[in-house]
Amino acid sequence: MLKDWLGHHHGHHGSPVHRLPAAIKLGATLVLIAGTVLLPWAWHAWFIAVVALLIVAALLSRIELAFLGRRLLLLSPFVLGVVLVNALQSSVHARWPALAARSGICLFTVVLLANTTPFGKVLGVLRSARVPPLLVTTLALMHRYLFVLLDESERMRRARASRTFQRQRRARWRVLGTVVGQLFVRASARAERIYAAMCARGWK
Amino acid sequence: MHIPDGFLDGKTAATAAAISVAGVGLALRQVRRELPPRRVPLLGLAAAFLFAAQMVNFPVAGGTSGHLMGGVLVAALLGPSAAIVVLTAVVIVQCFLFADGGVSALGANLLNMGIFGAGGGYLVYRMISARVRGLRGQVAGVAFGGWFSTVLAAIGCAGELAWSHTVTWSAGFPMMASVHMIVGLGEGLIGALAFAAIARTRPDLVAERTPASGGALPGGVFRYGMLVAVGLAVFVAPFSCPLPDGLEAVAAKLGFEGRGIPGGAHVPVPDYRLPGIHSAAGATALAGALGTLVVLGLALLLGHLLVRRPEENAVKDSKQDPAQDQRC
Repeated sequence: MLKDWLGHHHGHHGSPVHRLPAAIKLGATLVLIAGTVLLPWAWHAWFIAVVALLIVAALLSRIELAFLGRRLLLLSPFVLGVVLVNALQSSVHARWPALAARSGICLFTVVLLANTTPFGKVLGVLRSARVPPLLVTTLALMHRYLFVLLDESERMRRARASRTFQRQRRARWRVLGTVVGQLFVRASARAERIYAAMCARGWK
Repeated sequence: MHIPDGFLDGKTAATAAAISVAGVGLALRQVRRELPPRRVPLLGLAAAFLFAAQMVNFPVAGGTSGHLMGGVLVAALLGPSAAIVVLTAVVIVQCFLFADGGVSALGANLLNMGIFGAGGGYLVYRMISARVRGLRGQVAGVAFGGWFSTVLAAIGCAGELAWSHTVTWSAGFPMMASVHMIVGLGEGLIGALAFAAIARTRPDLVAERTPASGGALPGGVFRYGMLVAVGLAVFVAPFSCPLPDGLEAVAAKLGFEGRGIPGGAHVPVPDYRLPGIHSAAGATALAGALGTLVVLGLALLLGHLLVRRPEENAVKDSKQDPAQDQRC
């Protein structure tokens, strides 16, 4: 269930958008976002052009529009919340349409990037952009074991649910704390195994 | 608490990014110098752990739920520099892979969750664990540090949004601070319970961070403290100073006045204000200080409740030592 909405859409590797080099996509994303955030709202032409470009890219990438729409809705509660506060607050200078449009465009851009570019490629770009290797290694390992640990916590949840008979209010916090603690213990045990494996394969 | 794109203007995003880059650069240098190679994979795994742990929701009053931020927990387990690197990886992955938190707000999110959350929280953790000996002090430190870091990050977030004229300080600060003073209780409790659970199952993981040389601070901590202070001075101090008109004057001079309602002019009576005190800022500060003291007391109590017999742990530690040597 969790993985359904965390998972990415890499079905159509053959599409032109998927085949574009990651460096270009990443650069374009940064330019689009910088422009969208920094340019004054009066430059309507920029915003319309960006939306048009994004729609064309989305169609070319052959990702189902329903998937993209679901993802955008899922990620927008905070945006909607602040927009609502803003809409209620400033009656004279209505800034919330600009705010919503800016956030929406940027969200669309990042969702499109994430779903057409494997993270490994992004890491490659970071590596060639001279990002400190320690950070890139950490990112790579995190990405590799992210879903492993999510599965692990799901397994722990299922095991607990099958063995616990009643849920007590006070026990709930203790259980949550134990789960988080156990998860760290397992992660660090895994890190030790990984280090042993890395050494066995000639790492340093 | 992830700020999305479009909520921060250029100057705020750039300033926050500059402070974050300085902090993360410092942390990376420190980690490369101090971390033994066998613990390098642990950084990535700790980041994956934190991401998974942030999926665990806990109930907050009123049917809503919060989730763990975990900066202080990781800082207590791995040290502040490693924690900042871990938080950086988490925030970057959340931003680029899951579009949680904006690309242009990456610097601000790093500042809030990494520098304020892990760095600032760790300072508080150290203050308590240096005063209260043993595991009790560590658990109490994680509990209070977790609460403190959540509130600090929320205040930083409110300051950044106010600086960008997105949400005014007078509306954003009371909301963010009061909500996160409650959410932070969950953060502190879960962090302390998790820390105590780790200490029970793998005392060596916790003991490794216990400094052998008394109260000596690990390198870089003072510099993180400086960065936290700079961040607060830039983003929060302009709003909480007793002369809010200063900001309005600057805003008017620079021609920002049409872009928002600069904060501070009329506080819409925060409901945690104390009676009998007329200055709104003074009352808020006093209420905040009282709340902080209450939480500190609760954290110390929690440390005593969770660690019944400190001497038993000491015995366990010494028993664990041969096994630890073998593992290395």
